Amino acid sequence: MEKVAIIGVAQTKYEQNKKGNFAELVYEVTSKALEDAGITVKEVDNVVSVSSDFWDGRTISSMAISDASGAYGKDITTVEGDGTFGALYGMMRILSGHFGVTIVVAHHKGTESNMNGITNTAFDPLVERKLGLDAVSSAAMQARRYMSRYGIVEEQLALVSVKNHGNAKRNPLALLPMDITVEDVMNSPMIASPLKKLDCSPVTDGACALILAAEREAKKYTTNKKRVWMMGVGHCTDAFRLGDRDLSDTRALKKAASKAYQMAGIEPGDVDVAEVYDAFTYMELMWLEGMGFCEDGMGAEYLERGKFNFDGEIPVNPSGGRLSANPVQVAGLASMAECVLQLRGEAGERQVEGAQIALAHGINGMCGQSHCVWILGK
Amino acid sequence: MSDWKEEVEEVVFPGKICVPYTWTVGSTMSKWYVLMRDEGQIWANRCPSCGKVYIPPKAKCLECYRDVNDWVRLPGTGTVETFTVVHYEEPSMHPKKPPFAYGIIRMDGADTGFVHLIDEIEPEKIKVGMRVEAVMSEERSGNILDIKYFRPID
Repeated sequence: MEKVAIIGVAQTKYEQNKKGNFAELVYEVTSKALEDAGITVKEVDNVVSVSSDFWDGRTISSMAISDASGAYGKDITTVEGDGTFGALYGMMRILSGHFGVTIVVAHHKGTESNMNGITNTAFDPLVERKLGLDAVSSAAMQARRYMSRYGIVEEQLALVSVKNHGNAKRNPLALLPMDITVEDVMNSPMIASPLKKLDCSPVTDGACALILAAEREAKKYTTNKKRVWMMGVGHCTDAFRLGDRDLSDTRALKKAASKAYQMAGIEPGDVDVAEVYDAFTYMELMWLEGMGFCEDGMGAEYLERGKFNFDGEIPVNPSGGRLSANPVQVAGLASMAECVLQLRGEAGERQVEGAQIALAHGINGMCGQSHCVWILGK
Repeated sequence: MSDWKEEVEEVVFPGKICVPYTWTVGSTMSKWYVLMRDEGQIWANRCPSCGKVYIPPKAKCLECYRDVNDWVRLPGTGTVETFTVVHYEEPSMHPKKPPFAYGIIRMDGADTGFVHLIDEIEPEKIKVGMRVEAVMSEERSGNILDIKYFRPID
């Protein structure tokens, strides 16, 4: 199969009540990513936008940002979901042989709307929506199910928040760099038990863009230093209804991760740095287990031993993760951009020394119904 | 230069989208809701191939992708598999004022979890593994709140 590279990346600073409308955010990252790749919009013939009509408050939301994303006079297609799935679609279009240099761009302004109201509309209007469930209350039930199955306590979850907010201090793009303790997390206001405010990610605005190219074009336009290869990808979806799954089970992720490792020809132990979807503290632990970085139920213990710290065996979320900035649809694409910077050695203060293989992860749906795992490498 | 951008007063437009819908419930779920509304009964359905029992009922089995046509009546009791006590307010969305509890209940006679409200207990006393029973609403209109909530069994 032909190889596909990421040859340019750009992110905005992640903020709340961010200035600039959707198009202005998209203009910013599209221009910067093109500049990063050393090409102009003329070299691009394929645009994949990632946006959500409900979050944007307008239908066919990709049409409104088509000019901004460089799609004027070209082709634009949309993924309504996490940015990792947008990148997957972008790569697939390149591999179809019909498309060349590709822009994948995601934007999100969560602070302009109401997250609980919007995530409530993700539930079945025929059943659970009427109960008033949303992303937070359903995640809280998943957290408790995971904790009770494996005997995990709230203080152990809190440690994820301490680590990731601490990591954010090295990332100038993050919203919430913080020096906090387990007590601070435990004393933060209860949102939906067992999740407290500092177990939950902040609603955040921002945008991110990647430029993708097949090997021949990647080599034509960029130097080796700029090129990061999409070595492997896997995706898998579990049941829609929360009750049709065991919420402590990560079988969809296990399948997605193993497909990605297999395609890349690596083992979890080969990963040097990972950006994992930590919208809530417990998720980071569950997903690390599902990705095979440790046995099921053991994530907290390895975290306590420092395995996932910035200076640990596998640094997880050196950017500060979603706990420090969660621009929902953008989140997974931002993880990929962060991994690209790590592999190029351009991650500044948050650089993990000598990173050669990185893992980026995104989810769609409530409680990680669907997962997309990327293995990127030099 | 773009210095003017630093100084510009950003204008913000408030907005709201209200669009009415009528969602067709479908034959499987309609049967379920009619039994709930008219008989005050809770039913599930069972895959003829693997025997898995679903609540809410399913048109096709998740595992086998076979039509699910066998209906079974459930006693309305079950065990709390997980729960959360909600402490934030969303008046237009939540059926009650916080604090209140959601749970996933493993219904006796079914193989799936059932998401609903847990009430008639102080929220801090709810436990995983607790036995509960469904309380039906007196006035039922054929939706999920025809079950008022689940309450502990003494």
